[in-house]
Amino acid sequence: MDLSYSEEEKAFRAEVQTFLDEKLPKDLSEKVRTGGELGKADIERWQAILNDNGWLAPNWPKKFGGAEWNAVQKHIFEEEAALAHAPRTVPFGLSMLAPVLQKFGSQEQNDYWLPRILSGADWWCQGYSEPGAGSDLASLKCEAVRDGDHYIVNGQKTWTTLGQHANMIFCLVRTDKTVKQQEGISFLLIDMDTPGIEVRPIILLDGSPEVNEVWFTDVKVPVENLVGEENKGWTYAKYLLTHERTNIAGVGFSQAGLRAVKRIAKAEVANGKPLMQNPHFAARVAQVEIDLMAMSTTNLRIVSKAASGTAPGVESSMLKVKGTIIRQEINDLARRAAGVYAMPFASESLEGSNEALPDPLSAGPVAAQYFNNRKLSIFGGSNEIQRGIIAKVTMGS
Amino acid sequence: MNFDLTEERQMLQDTLRRFLRDRYDTATRNKILESDSGMSTEIWAELAELGVIGALFTEEQGGFGGKGFDIAVVFEELGRAGVVEPFLDTAVLAGGLIADLGDDAQTAHVETIIGGGLQLAFAHGEPNSRYDLNRVNTSATVKGDEIVLNGRKAVVVNAEAADMLVVSARESGGEYDADGISLFLVPKDAKGLTIQGYALLAGGRAAEVTLDDVSVPASARLGDAGKAAPAIEARIAAANVAQTSETLGAMETACHLTKDYLGQRKQFGRPIGTFQALAHRMSDLLIEMEQARSSVILAAGNLESERAVRELNISGTKNLIGRAGRLVAEDSIQMHGGIAMTQEYELAHIAKRIVMADHRFGDVDHHLERFIDLTAA
Repeated sequence: MDLSYSEEEKAFRAEVQTFLDEKLPKDLSEKVRTGGELGKADIERWQAILNDNGWLAPNWPKKFGGAEWNAVQKHIFEEEAALAHAPRTVPFGLSMLAPVLQKFGSQEQNDYWLPRILSGADWWCQGYSEPGAGSDLASLKCEAVRDGDHYIVNGQKTWTTLGQHANMIFCLVRTDKTVKQQEGISFLLIDMDTPGIEVRPIILLDGSPEVNEVWFTDVKVPVENLVGEENKGWTYAKYLLTHERTNIAGVGFSQAGLRAVKRIAKAEVANGKPLMQNPHFAARVAQVEIDLMAMSTTNLRIVSKAASGTAPGVESSMLKVKGTIIRQEINDLARRAAGVYAMPFASESLEGSNEALPDPLSAGPVAAQYFNNRKLSIFGGSNEIQRGIIAKVTMGS
Repeated sequence: MNFDLTEERQMLQDTLRRFLRDRYDTATRNKILESDSGMSTEIWAELAELGVIGALFTEEQGGFGGKGFDIAVVFEELGRAGVVEPFLDTAVLAGGLIADLGDDAQTAHVETIIGGGLQLAFAHGEPNSRYDLNRVNTSATVKGDEIVLNGRKAVVVNAEAADMLVVSARESGGEYDADGISLFLVPKDAKGLTIQGYALLAGGRAAEVTLDDVSVPASARLGDAGKAAPAIEARIAAANVAQTSETLGAMETACHLTKDYLGQRKQFGRPIGTFQALAHRMSDLLIEMEQARSSVILAAGNLESERAVRELNISGTKNLIGRAGRLVAEDSIQMHGGIAMTQEYELAHIAKRIVMADHRFGDVDHHLERFIDLTAA
């Protein structure tokens, strides 16, 4: 047991700090800091900068063009990136599809798709959930029927995050209706420009056009876009979800969020003093900070174990539940801290006008973020599903 | 003890519930939310005709209600339907202050207010006052026959639509003193008055209001110079009865939608409400609903009590509704899943109304501290 960083790790942290200091564009970090909305071009710009430095894919093996960082290096980068208000990378290609391809895809698929993920040639989105298949994902109905060299896909996907920017979608589709649900699912890569695909935006409760419905009508997909074997898609999907969950603790998000809470609470005045000096509010902040410190260490423990060859199992479910509880608590604190200034819809609506921005509004759209992040405990397997997994694995219930 | 509504209040409740069910569905409201003004003048006029505003004033003031339970009945129904029109701001706050403090010329406005012909806003809070009612830095200086106002007011709900603003300003005393605060009736076209508007997350609009040498006649002052603080506190108490009742109504809707959904939505081949994890959670919400209802009854029933009793109950209720409201809003969304995250689903708006109510007239923490102070005294 040793909690101190080695000389190599300290040097790595210094390298990360220098990189962020020199290469992170100020307009992007300012957007992140104030809760502004990052557009497609913003994200692509940052991902290109990371890629130029070989840091876009921290999890990938070097042979695929990744950084192949260990758990501590990833932790250090996450921490520094959050401190510097760096934008997040989009996970669909980098940390969801890529691990599946690397483990189950063909040589040709890896050679073709992986470099395109790094270069930004493709923007991937995820076709998993359907209106009738949410928590019960295996009941999905979107179907693919083999027809010569193609599959013909019909059905609907939903909650497709940032699907409006995507040119590619990886989908779970039903290829056999005669067997047990889990045994008739395949994993397909589909070009969004194929005739028969329609993307319809879903406006979320905070007004953001973040997710979409994707409709498939007689969509022709070449058979070489099948990943692995037909009807083995559920195995790949579970593998992907495990990867999704190791990142879902969101330690970096929480650290950045907690700093934002403190920033707001130092500026906000309550009874003549900074809100941060109010014992009641300070206690709320301290409580969640203590929880976050422990969870950050839990995250490191679990990720280290995974790096040494043990696949994260029930621990990733635990991280998802605790991680989202902490993130949502921090969103709640930011909303509280802003007081009456949490009520405006968003500060951006004023930034475009000629009038000067009322200074207390610089808290940013904290209430919108609070509502938007209610999704954290719902997506990627709701927290109820995670608790079910924990109970099943640990108690056999 | 009798927990039944009087016949008049029962009739008002039934009428309102029916009207709003017929005329204020999700699609109608979403259109109102997307409009530039953020409110519907037709709905306003029709509700005024039904007596909604008259019920918020006493008989002496020209209305037919005005008691805590009248306010509670009206706002519970408005909350149930997720109404965004600013009845609270025009009638309970600004209109109420005019009725409470005004001279004959000023109280003459009350009839127009009750008829639905006036929009008003109460410009009181300032950028650094948070939830402290006495912290007023806007200044009022007597210059000959005129009074000159200077300062800035924060998140003034309904300021853009208002024909007149009730503005608080300090005539004497220090920044945090109760003594020295006055109220003034300021017409919206007053020279030096700037209104910078924006939409609110949970519907409706507000504005930053700047007063730059705004000159009003002495006859614009409501009540005695420097003595408005007790009236403001009493009106905020009435506003909190309205706000907590509205939230209670919205919480009823949230629970109703969630119960229905748990029965309809099937996953793993059965309704999700049959999973114990969700069934118990729903039960907890229903237990909290009973607590919430009792708490609102305490606030409404004590609105006419002596100050110490009234304020203790107001702070207790605002704290409890803030906590129970957050639980109901968050758990209702969670139990629904993704569907409740979409703007077009009724619960999305209702949940926003519930949570954002904690940001008006003092939040959970503010009222907990106030409750401690009031009980220690």
